[in-house]
Amino acid sequence: MKFFTAVGRSTLELLGEVGRLSIFTADAVTSFIRPPIYWSLVGTQMMRIGFFSLPVVGLTAFFTGAVLALQIYIGTARYGAEQFVPTVVLIGILRELGPVIAGLMVAGRVSAAIAAELGTMRVTEQIDALTTLATRPVKYLVVPRLMAALVSMPLLVAVADAIGVLGGYVAATKSLGFTGSIYLNTTMNDLNGNDVMSGLIKAVVFGFLIALMGSYNGFNSKGGAQGVGAATTNAVVSASILILVANYILTNIFNILNF
Amino acid sequence: MESAASVTDDDGAKIVIKGVKKRFGPKVVLDGLDLTVPRGQSLVVIGGSGTGKSVTIKCVLGILKPDAGQILVDGQDTAKLRGRARDAYLRKFGMLFQGAALFDSMPVWENVAFGLIQGRGVGRKKARDIAYEKLTKVGLGADVGGLYPSELSGGMQKRVGLARAIAADPEIIFFDEPTTGLDPIMSDVINNLIVDTVRGTGTTTLSITHDLVSARKIADRIAMLYKGKIIWEGPTAEIDHSGNPYVGQFIHGRAEGPIKMEVRG
Repeated sequence: MKFFTAVGRSTLELLGEVGRLSIFTADAVTSFIRPPIYWSLVGTQMMRIGFFSLPVVGLTAFFTGAVLALQIYIGTARYGAEQFVPTVVLIGILRELGPVIAGLMVAGRVSAAIAAELGTMRVTEQIDALTTLATRPVKYLVVPRLMAALVSMPLLVAVADAIGVLGGYVAATKSLGFTGSIYLNTTMNDLNGNDVMSGLIKAVVFGFLIALMGSYNGFNSKGGAQGVGAATTNAVVSASILILVANYILTNIFNILNF
Repeated sequence: MESAASVTDDDGAKIVIKGVKKRFGPKVVLDGLDLTVPRGQSLVVIGGSGTGKSVTIKCVLGILKPDAGQILVDGQDTAKLRGRARDAYLRKFGMLFQGAALFDSMPVWENVAFGLIQGRGVGRKKARDIAYEKLTKVGLGADVGGLYPSELSGGMQKRVGLARAIAADPEIIFFDEPTTGLDPIMSDVINNLIVDTVRGTGTTTLSITHDLVSARKIADRIAMLYKGKIIWEGPTAEIDHSGNPYVGQFIHGRAEGPIKMEVRG
């Protein structure tokens, strides 16, 4: 009987959590369209979420592109098909690795930062203070972060795409003996709008998930320092998992739509 | 603007809390709370830790939703307020938080001006002038305005919190443990400031505290909360001969008596 009680309790807790998250999401999204919108805060958050993530996203994209070229060479060389390295690197970066790597890095950086900041504001009653100053916390704190993430992530992924392909180029020309001009030509010829767009659409979705998980966990953190710590961990873990799940679902949808 | 309607409301009550119940999981915090705050008066709710004092205020503000019961402010049922009506409702309130709850990302003057700029659409320059005026009112010089909350002592943070609470001249001010964590002298300074800034302005105040010295100083009426219910209420002068054993035990701070400390939270 204990087993069933435990299963039942955790099922109810999960459903409750899903419900709370849905209400929070609906609240945040409907607040998007209703004024006031704090544009200056959106700007600040874009700097924090987008601009300051550039170094870490750029570095990871470069090395991911480079190692991708090396691995694909191993696979293609077995069949004498090395000439496909630039194309596979390009598609791999644009469709998958650019958005996913950038998403995971930004999840680690930004979800954690948002959860820690809002969590501290929650436990020190600063969020309640906003209410008593006739300011809606969701509008003031969550909407600017969501908006900034929605805009910043595609821009970051566009940069990650370019640097990732550059990483592949560097590895291919320095380690695998490719001729630079041929590699670049192949890359440019195979550059396809759908590949780019599918990656950028993923980026928008990931951006939403990153800011949402950070905000939701921060907003609902309880207790003191320990609660904020737990909120931060949950934010990063849930954002990362949701990014990978959403990536699979989106890839499936794009495949079905032939996009 | 909203006060036009409230003046015609002749029953004299600003806030009426009727049979409010609130529980968190198995723990019942408010168990049919009835409380009336008369217009323009200062009501202080006393009670031990964990008796639901903060929860009461959060229910009035709509930060927490009561499980049952009704809360009326100016005769208006707060549970039905949405959107703009709720924004207008919240503009009636100011609050001094226990830990001051200042925004650590902005300087002191912006903290004080926040409710004016964000909540009421006052221009930055005008709001800044009002903020400095309120800071003077709580005894802080112009040099403090540019500092950040983390650079201030606890007592100064409380003063800034008070300036922020009164910045927009609200109709109702809540004081959550205004003197907790302060030394006796600073407590008295804060008590005096509360009395000075509120008296004669027609502001209705609801304070929660377990500091009897503070309660006697700032209250017109005192109510005692125990196990989620009001067990005694009366004018401040009557608290010493309330005839209520719970109140007697509390104001004399005795471990023995009808109130048993619950060891587990």
